[in-house]
Amino acid sequence: MSADAPAGQLPDAAGHFGRFGGRFVPEALVAALDELDAAYRKAMTDDEFLAEFDALLRDYAGTPSLLYAARRFSTEVGARVLLKREDLNHTGAHKVRNVLGQALLTRRMGKTRVIAETGAGQHGVATATAAALFDLECVVYMGEVDTERQALNVARMRMLGATVVPVTTGSRTLKDAMNEAMRDWVANVDNTHYLIGTAAGPHPFPEMVRDFVRGIGVEARQQCLDLTGGLPDAVAACVGGGSNALGIFHAFVPDAGVRLYGFEAGGEGVETGRHAASITGGSAGVLHGTRTYVLQDEDGQTIESHSISAGLDYPGVGPEHAWLHDSGRATYQPVTDDEAMAAFELLCRTEGIIPAIESAHALAGARRIAPQLAAELGREPVIVVNLSGRGDKDVHTAGEYFGILDKE
Amino acid sequence: MSRIGVAFDKARADGRAVLVGCMPAGFPTVEGSIAAMKAMVEAGVAVIEVEIPYSDPVMDGPVIQRASDIALAGGVRTADTLRIIEAVAATGAQVVTMTYWNPIERYGVDAFARDLAAAGGTGLITPDLIPDEADEWLAASDAYGLDRTFLVSPSSTDARLRMTVEHCRGFVYATAVMGVTGARAQTSQAAPILVSRLREVTDLPVGVGLGVGTGTQAGTVAGYADGVIVGSALVRCVLDAPDESAGLAALRTLSAELADGVRNPVR
Repeated sequence: MSADAPAGQLPDAAGHFGRFGGRFVPEALVAALDELDAAYRKAMTDDEFLAEFDALLRDYAGTPSLLYAARRFSTEVGARVLLKREDLNHTGAHKVRNVLGQALLTRRMGKTRVIAETGAGQHGVATATAAALFDLECVVYMGEVDTERQALNVARMRMLGATVVPVTTGSRTLKDAMNEAMRDWVANVDNTHYLIGTAAGPHPFPEMVRDFVRGIGVEARQQCLDLTGGLPDAVAACVGGGSNALGIFHAFVPDAGVRLYGFEAGGEGVETGRHAASITGGSAGVLHGTRTYVLQDEDGQTIESHSISAGLDYPGVGPEHAWLHDSGRATYQPVTDDEAMAAFELLCRTEGIIPAIESAHALAGARRIAPQLAAELGREPVIVVNLSGRGDKDVHTAGEYFGILDKE
Repeated sequence: MSRIGVAFDKARADGRAVLVGCMPAGFPTVEGSIAAMKAMVEAGVAVIEVEIPYSDPVMDGPVIQRASDIALAGGVRTADTLRIIEAVAATGAQVVTMTYWNPIERYGVDAFARDLAAAGGTGLITPDLIPDEADEWLAASDAYGLDRTFLVSPSSTDARLRMTVEHCRGFVYATAVMGVTGARAQTSQAAPILVSRLREVTDLPVGVGLGVGTGTQAGTVAGYADGVIVGSALVRCVLDAPDESAGLAALRTLSAELADGVRNPVR
């Protein structure tokens, strides 16, 4: 939290980013959201809170993360690619920044219990980690389908002392886990904080989560200046709910010369209907407490999303991304499962880094835009890619995809 | 000027509370839901609350979620809901619509208000739309003379109670407990307190919902509220029945028991 947010930026006081954002929630939650909003605003101007958060990020999470010039990968894609190594953080992704911030706030609000939703289990593991560190009771809601796909992460959460509740309603995936967490919160809001895992949900979550992760971009901007003597030509990130992308974009938003690219999960191709590209293939609507781009049918019923990456497999997106898209400040494009897996393999083979499949979408996107930028600029472009997480959790999925698992 | 106010005025004059019974549209089928709602009316339910099924109903417990899933799997559309409302309103019963916000936004707020009024609906109960975000609905409901029921909760501050009732027309929905829909063994301790807080700030009729499932509970709630709202217990009659006629029979029995309860308020 070393750099203050630029003045005059969105959202407004009620959490609106243009026509997006806001609060579409049961009245029962309004008091808790107001309490959270007040606690968060007070914390962001409280030196003691900021010092404690900074110390945790440095001593526990291992930030600032490195900005690494990936030379062999760069040669392959035709751009100077700088990787923001969020995969090296404790728990293996950018998400630790958000959970530490919210866990600190939970304690300040005097609440003793945190709940979370999780898809692949990464946010659940991060929340369980922070709950262990802060001695908070922790309940994680996870779609029954996902508990079966991600048994190892279920075990991780239990080792850390969390209770994992398999959700058997609806499609039994991430969106239903989020519904169930909302229901728990409505009933237990007195002692419970809902630790939302991305920059989505009702106000103040999108703004608050962004502010807890925006250090990624603040660090990357300075590191790029130190390393190259200038700002990058483009910043690339994957977008599911969108916290890692906002985290790295936000500090660059005022830099008009820096292009911002968000790469959504195109699944089997947006034209097939089997994807998770809410901005490219969805429409404006209300989901999980906010107005944003949503995958929905003609009657406003949520359509199930599809992606090889469980972390991007969500039918909505944070409202600030919806606004960045409408305003034209950021460009959003879909990346298919196959494109992402090709970039995954390329990074493994050229750099010895196994990325999260989520982050592989950003790598594939950088690979796509590199020749376009080079042609436009007449020189080798500099692209900062947010390597938001490591691929340990994806070894099984990737092994199956590439057909390299030995048969038993 | 309120459409549903008539039902509350009449009940007040008779010294009883209004029984509001909820059923998801299209559950178990479009025709089946019309039959269920008509059975409820015949057995004494004064106001039918038609819930538009939604894929992500965060204020609903497991019973209504399951019923909504069944309705959606059966292919019910928003236009079917309007047809159901029209059929039930034709019986002379008052019909109010309960809906999460996205289906309305997708249909078009003004277009939905127009079509709802034309179908004979009285207005909307909006569990995830608070007045703070409701400008478009406020304008459309004014334009077509529809009622607006927003929810209040035991956790609402006095300032929010005042603000919310200012934006309601018809009646205000007091959620009896901190939680989701579903019958509970005991009636809420928080509800009478919330209702008396509401009486301080409004003359609007107050409907109390969440957790009411028996005639005795209905009588207790009728002792302090103007409306008693029952959902999950009625839905369960249909959900648990071996066939349609058994479901309708169970629905009639429970509706009559609840109607008896609201006619005998425990004061």
